[in-house]
Amino acid sequence: MEHITLLLAIVVVTALVFDFTNGFHDTANAMATTISTGALKPKTAVAMSAVLNLVGAFLSVEVAKTISKGLVNEEGIQPEVILAALVGAILWNLVTWLVGLPSSSSHALMGGLIGATIASIGVSGVNGGVVVSKVLIPAVAAPLVAGLAAMFAARLTYRMDKNADKKTTEKGYRAGQIASAGLVSLAHGTNDAQKTMGIITLALVAGGVLAPGSNPPVWVIVSAGLAIALGTYLGGWRIIRTMGKGLTDLQPQQGFAAQTSAAAVILASSNLGFSLSTTHSCSGAVMGAGLGRKGGVVRWSTATRMFVAWGLTLPAAGLVGAGAEYVARQGDWGVYTVAAFLVASCLAIWVISRRQVVDHTNVNDVETEPAGVVTTAIAAVTPPPAAGSVAAVADEDLKTTIPAPVPTDPAAPPAPAAAV
Amino acid sequence: MKIDWAALGSVFGVSLVATVALVGLFTLGIVGLSKQEQAAAQGGSAALARTGAYACFALCLAAVAYGIYLIVV
Repeated sequence: MEHITLLLAIVVVTALVFDFTNGFHDTANAMATTISTGALKPKTAVAMSAVLNLVGAFLSVEVAKTISKGLVNEEGIQPEVILAALVGAILWNLVTWLVGLPSSSSHALMGGLIGATIASIGVSGVNGGVVVSKVLIPAVAAPLVAGLAAMFAARLTYRMDKNADKKTTEKGYRAGQIASAGLVSLAHGTNDAQKTMGIITLALVAGGVLAPGSNPPVWVIVSAGLAIALGTYLGGWRIIRTMGKGLTDLQPQQGFAAQTSAAAVILASSNLGFSLSTTHSCSGAVMGAGLGRKGGVVRWSTATRMFVAWGLTLPAAGLVGAGAEYVARQGDWGVYTVAAFLVASCLAIWVISRRQVVDHTNVNDVETEPAGVVTTAIAAVTPPPAAGSVAAVADEDLKTTIPAPVPTDPAAPPAPAAAV
Repeated sequence: MKIDWAALGSVFGVSLVATVALVGLFTLGIVGLSKQEQAAAQGGSAALARTGAYACFALCLAAVAYGIYLIVV
């Protein structure tokens, strides 16, 4: 029985690693707008989010119970399948972090689970309808719902505070943003830390350590809460930069509207029975808020890359999960190979990330990346009329002023022409 | 394949109404507070604006408390 406990130990550690990546991947959801608008200093923001995630992890075990009792059939699932699913999810989380794109950790986990299940018992083990109704539709709906809400809210707040004192409003929106970001962090802690607790409990049940239907043991709750809090505190600065600065430029009003919309969508969806991804809701809210200001722009090239990443999440994590399951079920050496592969890949990704470090010191510096195709296209379409009209005005200036004798400053009229 | 459009619709409606209402309420509070500060700067007082602002913030606080309640329960 010794090899079972070792396998279980590897599964538990891998689950905690996933929890950790989940934490730093999703710091951006709660704190990106707070950091980019300057409502909180970067380090303060991640520390606050980490504490709230930890608190959230202890608040309830409802989500963990649904995962460990019922959602997956406890009889059929084996620890190897869970391990393979986690490997797929962790690698996808790390790759998307490396390129700085927000993507849903839950979808990565589902993708890994689907891939591992297919490799284990075949395509019949996966319910295609569930994939569409629980994964694909929510992925489209979440950013639309959150984006529209944030856009209308941003429009409203700009219209209302037109005549208000600038200093008072800044202070007010700062407080509002911190409160709504706190709510998002707390909700994340209760949801995502519990997912890990549920998975560890599931593995323990599958391995025969716990009786089926048990609640997560205390050490599972504590370690899952700590892992997600630590991950959150380290902060996925690359993703924070993309969400806070890359998608659009946010002012405090917009940051507040976006964060409130994200909090409302997350709470509504988890209580009304149509679960939407936190990451998708937050990204959508940020873009909606970006469009809610007059003259606000969304960088569609960055947004497109993000949407592509969302589309790839399920197949990519699934492919890795399937491969890992295929190797892992070969026996002990297979499990060790998968574990070694995971460690090696994590190290490799970390080494690559050191080439260009993004941390709390430069999180708000905008990357001067070459403009994408869409941005260039839009830029190419918009400016010419403006430039043309400026030139036309300058020409008229010349026409009207030059014939008239103006002895005072004859050099002035040609100046705009020269500037143009 | 069964998609629960009713649940999705209600999530959409509730989120939209809650977000716009909360942001509107909060902005109203901020505008009231700024009116009060402007009045104070000119030596006057705007008790109504200030009371209204605090009422708005109190309602927002209640909404946050309800949010925490939803998370915990």
